[in-house]
Amino acid sequence: MRPRQKQLLYAGLTAILILIWIFYSADDLQTTAVLAGTVRAATLLALGAMCGMIGERSGVVNIGIEGQFLLSAFAAFTITSMTGSLFMGTLAGVGMGLIMGWLLAAMAVGLKVDQIIAGTVLNISALGLTSFFYDRSRSLGIGKYTNIDLGPLADLPLVGTVFFSRPPLTYLTMALLVVVHIALFRSVWGMRTRAIGEHPGAADTVGIDVLKLRYFNVTIAGGLAGFGGSYLALEAVGTFSRAMSGGRGFLALAVMIFGRRTPFGAYAAALFFGFTTALQNQFQLNNTFDIPPQFVGMLPFVVTIVVVALSGLFGSMRDPAALGQSYEKG
Amino acid sequence: MAETLLGAYKVRKEFPGVLANDDISISLRPGRILALLGENGAGKSTLVNILFGMYRPDDGHVIIKDEVVDLRGPDEAISRGIGMVHQHFQLVPPMRVVENIVLGAEPTRHGLVDLAEARRRVVELSERYGLEIDPDALVEDLPVGMQQRVEILKALYRDADVLILDEPTGVLTPQEADHLLGVLRELTETGLGIVFITHKLREVLAIADDIVVLRNGQVVGETRPSDTDESGLAEMMVGRNVMLQVEKSVSRPGEPVLEVEELEVKDDRGQIALDGLSFEVRAGEILGVAGVEGNGQRELVEAITGLRVPSVGVMKIEGEELTGESPRQITKKGVAHIPEDREKHGVVAIYSLAENTILNRYHRKPFSIRGILRRDVIRLHAQDVVDEFDVRTPSISVPASSLSGGNKQKLIVGREFSDDIKLLIAAQPTRGIDIGAIEFIHRRILEQRDKGAAVLLVSAELDEILGLSDRIAVLYDGKIMDVVDAQDANREKIGLLMAGITD
Repeated sequence: MRPRQKQLLYAGLTAILILIWIFYSADDLQTTAVLAGTVRAATLLALGAMCGMIGERSGVVNIGIEGQFLLSAFAAFTITSMTGSLFMGTLAGVGMGLIMGWLLAAMAVGLKVDQIIAGTVLNISALGLTSFFYDRSRSLGIGKYTNIDLGPLADLPLVGTVFFSRPPLTYLTMALLVVVHIALFRSVWGMRTRAIGEHPGAADTVGIDVLKLRYFNVTIAGGLAGFGGSYLALEAVGTFSRAMSGGRGFLALAVMIFGRRTPFGAYAAALFFGFTTALQNQFQLNNTFDIPPQFVGMLPFVVTIVVVALSGLFGSMRDPAALGQSYEKG
Repeated sequence: MAETLLGAYKVRKEFPGVLANDDISISLRPGRILALLGENGAGKSTLVNILFGMYRPDDGHVIIKDEVVDLRGPDEAISRGIGMVHQHFQLVPPMRVVENIVLGAEPTRHGLVDLAEARRRVVELSERYGLEIDPDALVEDLPVGMQQRVEILKALYRDADVLILDEPTGVLTPQEADHLLGVLRELTETGLGIVFITHKLREVLAIADDIVVLRNGQVVGETRPSDTDESGLAEMMVGRNVMLQVEKSVSRPGEPVLEVEELEVKDDRGQIALDGLSFEVRAGEILGVAGVEGNGQRELVEAITGLRVPSVGVMKIEGEELTGESPRQITKKGVAHIPEDREKHGVVAIYSLAENTILNRYHRKPFSIRGILRRDVIRLHAQDVVDEFDVRTPSISVPASSLSGGNKQKLIVGREFSDDIKLLIAAQPTRGIDIGAIEFIHRRILEQRDKGAAVLLVSAELDEILGLSDRIAVLYDGKIMDVVDAQDANREKIGLLMAGITD
């Protein structure tokens, strides 16, 4: 990061903290609710963004995250409702994500289908399959994941509720952020992954199997999106409904780009986008503005468009050089 | 010690329609430098790709350390001690030098890459071989000479005892190239063997212990520097007597045709590529632009031909302003362009030869009338071009992609020269083509000069610049270091300017 960007970042953070403090002293209940909603929305976006960045760092665009969320949420919901176990449901969601990731890899890496088309296939099939098999009468049966207090930390004002009294998958996501960060930037796997996204030919000449690694990465990344699907159905909402991913898979891609394809950057961006979602929810709840709820609901997406359009101002980041290209030997 | 470090025995490789390697045998001994000499398409690259495990031979064997091996991929060649420095560097630009060197063979600690250890090993290696390098620099920030050093270290890091270098001096200044040859010589003293691929005769004579000359996929000669000279090697390479020196008359420059003032052009990343360039080219003279590639040559050519809009500056042709005009309008003013990348900007590969000869004038009479192409006129024109410019092709209706590089280039030259031209912009006009075509194109360029055209010749081949130019401008980091008269120029002088050194 250049010094000027760092200054901007710190200035922004300070401004945000001051704002939170002002709002909190004015209305602690609503502020806490909005911030808790922010973390709730950010968790899903962060998972989707991590899925996207592992693919893109290896040179594969994944616009099928939306579909991966949706079908995994469906699998998680259905299995939990059948077995009565949230844990089994979560596993099923991850498993479905892996399958969808593998499918994307098979198309985009194996068969060298255009990556955008391959992702679109995932989105369309997920929507079709879940709509067809959706059984309105089915319910989760047991309740969704409940909050776990992290000891005395949970009693802290504001941050206690916002960060330390959350359901388990949220904590796991935060741990995953650290794991993915270390894996991407410190491990052998990460170094090779970044290499095949930038210059697959160079990786090939030092004996790295580009296609195999891409296959693996896109599949594993699918597991992260699958985990996001489980989170959506079993923790954030507690049920399944048609098209419940509601565009968040695409939003996750914006989060990924805004976060410069790094886990922590993505989480910061996810919190920002999550905030607009939470704010929008709170506006609708309080009926703050006397306009149709559909307009208020547009808020996160309008912000996405504005922010992505303006993101050049925050210093542009180059895409991985081999992004979107299938690799041919020789 | 092994008798043969790396060798090929009766290797044969066929690609659809081409016999790339036919019964080739070579042998590299420890501590020696084997030069593989040949024109483009002679089969050098195929042979080394076989030796490095990228291709498998249809017949014959690869021998490593006196042992017949069956290489299944480059990783197997690497593990057997073969290192390759590719012509196009295989480095990851946004990664650090040390990361690039250890990639694929990373030292680890607790399951993570041990960059401190990697750095230690790289520094040690670079000290041992006298290849100084900053391990923490990003590769994308390094000049090409340094990047090449990273490539060599990459091979040495993997304990290579054979280095294969594919056209390693193409991107270097003459002094850098000499330095590299010195480094290679020192490396052999430790018992390393080197395969050196090139088409530059001087280098072969300077560095090689053994020389193998390839032509049309076959070994046509084996010799040693003491037993031959440049013309002997050229004859072996081409199969006939060749003129190495272009004969040219004294130029009689006339009025300025192209005038460039304070030209500033940005590259694709928005960085300044040409920084306040001013020069002129007069009628009847060839101004050569020398320089290591990437110092603004491409941007200069694109600016003059209208493919790139300059941010500041004025360009005039015969006093008429050219700046901001479209390529078509510029062509109309009598500017011909032999583009640097013939595949991308020179021909349309899927179009027929005939169609390719009218790419710059299809919209004009007599080739089209009211928007309808006139096939018969085009065919006659194309046949003329093919005959006059010696394009070897079975017919004018085959696609341009079926031609060899040299014939494609002759086709382009034919198209560009079939009008009267005032200004010729020739960018790398003989890159990667056979000697016969090179001679032909050089003669034609001189012919245009003698007919009174102004010629701007941009080339990375210093011999070409020295052989053809009347004046030489040296481009370094977007600026003209100096303009010298050809009779006062020599390799050393130009080479220093190419490195940005003025005395």
